[in-house]
Amino acid sequence: MTFSSPNFSTTSLHRKPGLLRNRANGAMTALAATFATIAVLPLIFVIAYVLIKGISVLSPSIFFELPPPPGLDGGGIGNALIGTLVVTLISCVFAVPVGVGGGIYLAEFSQGNKFAEFVRFGTNVLAGVPSIIAGVFIYGLVVSTRVIFGNSYSAVAGGLALAVLMLPTIIKTTDEGLKLVPQELRWGALGVGASTFVTTMKVVLPAAVAPIATGVVLAIARSAGETAPLIFTALFSPFWPEGIFKPLATMSVLIFNFAIMPYEAQITLAWAASFVLVVMILGMNIFARWISGFAQR
Amino acid sequence: MSFSTHITDVPDDQVAITCDNVTISYGSFEAVKSVFLEVPRGKVTAFIGPSGCGKSTVLRCFNRMNDLIPSFSLKGRIIYEGQDLYEPKVDPVEVRRRIGMVFQRPNPFPKSIYENIAFGARINGYTGDMDELVERSLRRAAVWDECKDKLQESGYSLSGGQQQRLCIARTIATQPDVILMDEPCSALDPISTLKVEETMHELKKEFTIVIVTHNMQQAVRVSDMTAFYNADAVEGGSGKVGYLVEFDETANIFNNPKQQSTQEYVSGRFG
Ligand SMILES: Nc1ncnc2c1ncn2[C@@H]1O[C@H](COP(=O)(O)OP(=O)(O)O)[C@@H](O)[C@H]1O
Ligand SMILES: [Mg+2]
Repeated sequence: MTFSSPNFSTTSLHRKPGLLRNRANGAMTALAATFATIAVLPLIFVIAYVLIKGISVLSPSIFFELPPPPGLDGGGIGNALIGTLVVTLISCVFAVPVGVGGGIYLAEFSQGNKFAEFVRFGTNVLAGVPSIIAGVFIYGLVVSTRVIFGNSYSAVAGGLALAVLMLPTIIKTTDEGLKLVPQELRWGALGVGASTFVTTMKVVLPAAVAPIATGVVLAIARSAGETAPLIFTALFSPFWPEGIFKPLATMSVLIFNFAIMPYEAQITLAWAASFVLVVMILGMNIFARWISGFAQR
Repeated sequence: MSFSTHITDVPDDQVAITCDNVTISYGSFEAVKSVFLEVPRGKVTAFIGPSGCGKSTVLRCFNRMNDLIPSFSLKGRIIYEGQDLYEPKVDPVEVRRRIGMVFQRPNPFPKSIYENIAFGARINGYTGDMDELVERSLRRAAVWDECKDKLQESGYSLSGGQQQRLCIARTIATQPDVILMDEPCSALDPISTLKVEETMHELKKEFTIVIVTHNMQQAVRVSDMTAFYNADAVEGGSGKVGYLVEFDETANIFNNPKQQSTQEYVSGRFG
């Protein structure tokens, strides 16, 4: 008995573009590429739009000057830029130790107990909490009660609100980053007589620095542009920052305040600030990718 | 220490580790049952047997590595130099400093070759000349020639066989008393395997070595004593329960074993 197979020796191996399968393939590729393009268009448009709107005042001097009083021209966003850096730094001071420490506990010490499950669940919920809630929470906790040495609105309060937003990302990336460290590495350290603490600090943590740092940078990038949590906490100031216990200007609140003012100079400054902020966040994201590139090596 | 149940002729004063009716379970599953064993000091003892019969399980009990497995539990006693390793007061970290371990897959730390060796020594309180200790350990693990020009490079820059010898050097550097090796050559090529075996011959002059191996020629080449484990399905049980079939001098195990199943295993008829 023989099979009637196509005669392979006489059919060509060349690709035939007209075949249905090849045409369907081409169509699907084009469709997917179109959607992919649409997905990045908003970013490109946002950057282009804020650049066009704000370019008239974009010059190195805006980074060193105070915003102009209402009705006057010129000035800059120097105080807001410093304010954003200060508040971000404060938020890191709170969020990085707690977040990394919490992540270490979850991955290395909890052994998956009920408490750890609860913390992981809580972290996921916190990640979804709207940022304005973080602002109201810190307002209620430290601003209205004046617990920080009798101060109400302050950079510290702003930093705390941002820290609440950063925590879930940092805990999660630390937890996941540590889980990626091969178990054999822990055995190796324990096998030469290291305690769990030394194993974690000297062997496991260094092996996970890249993912943890990436998580921290992404968390900063996410929180640096937040407005809602800062409105109730860091408030705003038209002057240079007077210390971390006083209200101060930040980029996002400056944009919020100036964009709705009836003065042309302020509105243009808001656009310029928007451009600077978007570029800063883009830069942070690129930096995060660069760090995580170390993990692959 | 003396026990009523002697299964070997190892004189009492030459025993390093004793298993006294040891049964090890993971959850409700008994992995190994009723092991009586006396590991002689200053010798190489090999554990052989088919996969899943509990060789690694028993080995990991000798330095309390099983503590890392939450479902693990042990009945019976494991006695090392007169002390029960599973007494509540015993600190597993202290145990692991005396009884070092080399794992199946090479696991150097993501640090320099030098630091790989220095790490263990330092946490064990070594205060002498570190450069000298690093060199001595690498020499004894027969990997000095390959490493001496790149001590500051990452441990990962070595080949698999070299990494495994680096891991052996790391273990020696902590100056343990006993070295446990769980299939140290199973991830290595034949040449690297021979080098690791040479290393073992060097090491047995100073250390008590217990090695798990799948390779029977290797057991013959390196060991003085051999323990043969096997596993049987039990009525109503979820899996096979491992047990120690026979423990004797390597030559006896391979040339005239007392048990039928040992004979079948070493002659390659099953396993
Ligand atoms: N961490 C663990 N959790 C549960 N069961 C395990 C674990 N490790 C090993 N076992 C079981 O114990 C038995 C013995 O395993 P093992 O000691 O690894 O055997 P061997 O090293 O002889 O191949 C096997 O049935 C295995 O499935
Ligand atoms: Mg094994």
